[in-house]
This record gives sequence, structure tokens and C-alpha cells, in this order.
Amino acid sequence: MTVTAILVGFCAGAMAGMLGIGGGALFVPGLVLVLGLAHVEAEATSLLAIVPVAIVGAWRQHRYGNLRLHDGLLIGVLAIPGAILGVVLVNALPERAVEVGFALLLLFVASQLVRGAVRSGPRPDPTAAAGRPAP
Amino acid sequence: MAIMDRRRTWTLAAIGTMAGLFSGLFGVGGGTVIVPLLILWLGFGEREATGTSLAAIVIIAAVAAATQGGYGNVRVEEGLLVGIPAVGGVLAGTWLQQRVPPRSVSLLFAALLVVVAIDFLLP
Repeated sequence: MTVTAILVGFCAGAMAGMLGIGGGALFVPGLVLVLGLAHVEAEATSLLAIVPVAIVGAWRQHRYGNLRLHDGLLIGVLAIPGAILGVVLVNALPERAVEVGFALLLLFVASQLVRGAVRSGPRPDPTAAAGRPAP
Repeated sequence: MAIMDRRRTWTLAAIGTMAGLFSGLFGVGGGTVIVPLLILWLGFGEREATGTSLAAIVIIAAVAAATQGGYGNVRVEEGLLVGIPAVGGVLAGTWLQQRVPPRSVSLLFAALLVVVAIDFLLP
């Protein structure tokens, strides 16, 4: 059980680093299914586990030159009221309607991302551009 | 120029509000909202979007975790059990991300959103 939990943690972290997320999409089901936490406990505990992951991930991305710190901190600070409201709501309401609403939103965003990636066509590789022969 | 800046700040505020709600409601960082919206609304590159998202998540997750702590729902031992190996995972993930084409990050992200959405829709 402990080994499975460690494995879930590592995979959540790898996904977090690849995709710029906290890893909660794996932490929450992992904490419920592997460690037997109640759903709201799993959500709360996931949030705690995300903090060190995001700190280390942001630090690495800063070193790789991929962090716009000002924008990131602005989003984080402006998110505080929403985060508190979300926690209050999840402790007060049944989750089902919210889950369905967010699922539909995610599907819409996914379709936008795929459309964007397809429409833009193959992007030129900037490192290869210098050696490309003139047409 | 000032109008552009104001519009940009409102856009960041909108992204932050949605990410915060999402984080608090579902116990995640909010990156599933932040990353695609930075790409689609503000024209961020994939790697920049993911890096910037992680910085925002530090604040969002800390606030949401503290609020959940107030309700007595946080289990510290279990959090460390999955959180500490996850730090190793994030080192591997960010390393790998610098070595794959940015567009594969977009498509992988879209796949993640579909999986999460299906997970929400299933009873």
C-alpha cells in the first residue's frame, strides 16, 4: 500500500512537471483508492501535497527560462477569493451538479486546444531555421 | 497601452478566479484551467504556460490547503507520503518537458482534460 502510494505520488509529480498542473487529478483518486481517505479529506490532503510539487516545479521552470513570475504571482493572488469560496462550497454542497458543469467546460477547453494545435500547422523549429536552404 | 494593460490584468483576474474556484472545489492546483487559458487567451507558449501556472499554483494550493485545514480535513501524514515522491516526479517531468516538442504538450494536455472530464461525468 505504501509502495503504491509512493508510486502514485511520483506519477502525479511527473504529470505536474510535464503539464504545469499541481498533480491533484492523480492525488485525489490515489488518496481515496490507495489510502482509503474520504473524498473531501482526499481533496484537502491533495492540496497540501501540491504545494511542494508546485514550488519545486516553478523553480525548475524558472531555471529553464519558462516562468513569467509576475503573471504567475498575479494569477495566484487574484485566485485567493475563488479558492476560499471553492473550499467553503465543497464543504457545504453536494458535488454532482458542479462536477458535470466542470466536465463540460473541460471538454470544451480540450476541443479548443486541439483546434489550436491543428490550425497552427507544423511550427518551424527555430533551431533548424538557420541551416535551412533558400527555396 | 494603458487600456491593453488593464485588459490583460482583467484577463489574468478571470483566469485566477476560475482556477481558484476549481482548486477549492476539486482539491487540485487549478493548472487544468490556467495552462489552456494562458495559451488560448494570452498567446503563451506551452512551456511558458506550464511554468507560469506552477508559480500561481503555489499560492492557490497553499491558501486552499490552509482553508481546508480550518475544516479539519487535511491528513498531513498521507499528504507527505504522496507529496514527497511527487517532488522527485516533478523534477523528472520538467526535465522531460524541455526535450519534447511544445505541441505534444498541448495535445497531451487535451487528452488529460478529456480523461478528467470523463472521470467527473461517471457516477
